[in-house]
Amino acid sequence: MYTKDGESYFIVDGHIHFWDGGEANQRNRYGKGFTACFYDYHRNLSPEEYVWDLEKFGNYPEDGMIADLFDNGYVDKAIFQPTYLTDFYINGFNTTEQDGAVAERHPGKFIVNGSFDPRDGENGLKALEALHERWNLKGVKLYTAEWKGSSRGWKLSSPGAYDYLAKCEELGIRNIHVHKGPTIYPLNRDAFDVQDVDEAASMFPNLRFIVEHVGLPRLEDFCWIATQEPNVYGGLAVAMPFIHTRPRYFAQVIGELLYWLDENRLLFASDYAIWQPKWLVEKFVDFQIPDDMQSEYGVLTPDIKRKILGLNAAALYDLEVPAGVTASPAPTDSGETIGAGPKVPAGQSA
Amino acid sequence: MTSTGHRPTTAVAARGTMDAAVWSALGTVRDPELDEPITDLGFVVAAAVTCGVAHVRLVLPTYFCAPNFAYLMVADAHDAVAAVPGVHTVDLALEDHFASTEINAGVAAGAGFHRSFPGEAESPGGAGAELDELRRTFQRKAHTACLERACRRLVADGWSVEALGGVRLADLSESAERRSLLRRRDDLGLSTEPGDPLLVDDDGVPVPPERLAAHLRFAQAVRVSIEGNSGFCRGLLHTRYPELRDRLADGGPVGEDGAR
Repeated sequence: MYTKDGESYFIVDGHIHFWDGGEANQRNRYGKGFTACFYDYHRNLSPEEYVWDLEKFGNYPEDGMIADLFDNGYVDKAIFQPTYLTDFYINGFNTTEQDGAVAERHPGKFIVNGSFDPRDGENGLKALEALHERWNLKGVKLYTAEWKGSSRGWKLSSPGAYDYLAKCEELGIRNIHVHKGPTIYPLNRDAFDVQDVDEAASMFPNLRFIVEHVGLPRLEDFCWIATQEPNVYGGLAVAMPFIHTRPRYFAQVIGELLYWLDENRLLFASDYAIWQPKWLVEKFVDFQIPDDMQSEYGVLTPDIKRKILGLNAAALYDLEVPAGVTASPAPTDSGETIGAGPKVPAGQSA
Repeated sequence: MTSTGHRPTTAVAARGTMDAAVWSALGTVRDPELDEPITDLGFVVAAAVTCGVAHVRLVLPTYFCAPNFAYLMVADAHDAVAAVPGVHTVDLALEDHFASTEINAGVAAGAGFHRSFPGEAESPGGAGAELDELRRTFQRKAHTACLERACRRLVADGWSVEALGGVRLADLSESAERRSLLRRRDDLGLSTEPGDPLLVDDDGVPVPPERLAAHLRFAQAVRVSIEGNSGFCRGLLHTRYPELRDRLADGGPVGEDGAR
């Protein structure tokens, strides 16, 4: 819980990891490159005092994570989003089992999400059932750019993927977190295209599709599908830290998202340990759209921030929210749908 | 190349001219996704000519940058440098990338993307399929973003939003926005005649008045997206290669249209 200026915020960190990215676990140059890539994200966008050395970044201790999230980071509930990457890391980068073990040592703190990969066929469906049985899954995290042997990834429209989504619906796993990455079959297409999420969201209206990183680097494509599909949500991991290094860009991203979606479909996330919730929460609560952009994007109210920081995720995961932390359920400004004629087209303000 | 000592000044000057010609050629190569010259973005870390052999080294912001865009840049750079008079051999390599080996070998052999990544890319349905469609998709995005900037410029110059549908290319004053827009229209094969309508979609069809506001509003999202990605990529490149930061801060080569 975070309180400032008389306002209280229930904090759900929608995307965290407890990974093993260290040298000993790196299977090959791809694992080394993956950790280095994450580390550059970390170094590039974190305030200086939050930058770790590479060794710690590869393997951070469990007690440190608990402190960073819950003691210092104001987080009430954190959602583990597994990223297996077993072709890159000997024991996997961050599996459901590894996350689950941590969660069981700290009851009430974490939500453990699972994962599936349609390339696993029938066996994978059974494995998903077993995973659900063991961890009582309410969500899965899908990394569509995951390598598997000679395959460089998959799409939600890949053969078999809908069997898995149907299985999720049957099991009551309603939150489908989708993370796009740079390599995917076929390599000649745009790997970040979210068209497949659009189709899946139409096919499975009872599931919620949370597009991680709000589709970045294809913010516009994400906005386009989210406007049309009411069960598409945006996870703000990776977008959040721009609040520090490039606050005006952050304002534009949030402004675009609030325009095309509304504040009921955006979820705060730190992507820990790439970034830490403490400074993200503090800066977000303090943040306001710059004066010269307010005619285009409006302002962020405490209710909008409360929803993004926790209430929206609480609704998706049936979390109990402390009395006193509430926000009007209706969007403050639902934004005009496409074709309705925006009031301030293309930012040509008066 | 080592100077013979007979006419060192001239030799150095000649080499400098050749190097500059190669840099200039590389300045015509754009990152298709970010819509900026690779020289402005800092992706060219070395470019020099020795005895007719152009040695060029490229780097990218991350180890896992999308291989299709990387391939396009390396292939375009290869073609641009090969066309420089006096260059008879191109030694060009992308470094520090997970697919460097495949990309460098494929481009050097003129193999094409499909043959450089066997089994990982779709078979080209017809001659020239390759990455043309991907390139086209991002040329359209670039045009959309440039159109939005041009409209902002027009409004700043006093046009009302409602009147934009009737604006001709000639109405847009000489500016970075105008140069950028004409360049992207040319890329897409759209007309650049002064009397032609400015507010056309990516297929060259004039946007009807009732769709104008919505069209521009989405164009804004496209612009914000491209500009944001560009900023992030620059930041990551500097984090990955801190030594590049100072060089670029000194003012690297300016883009052909002076626009970011």
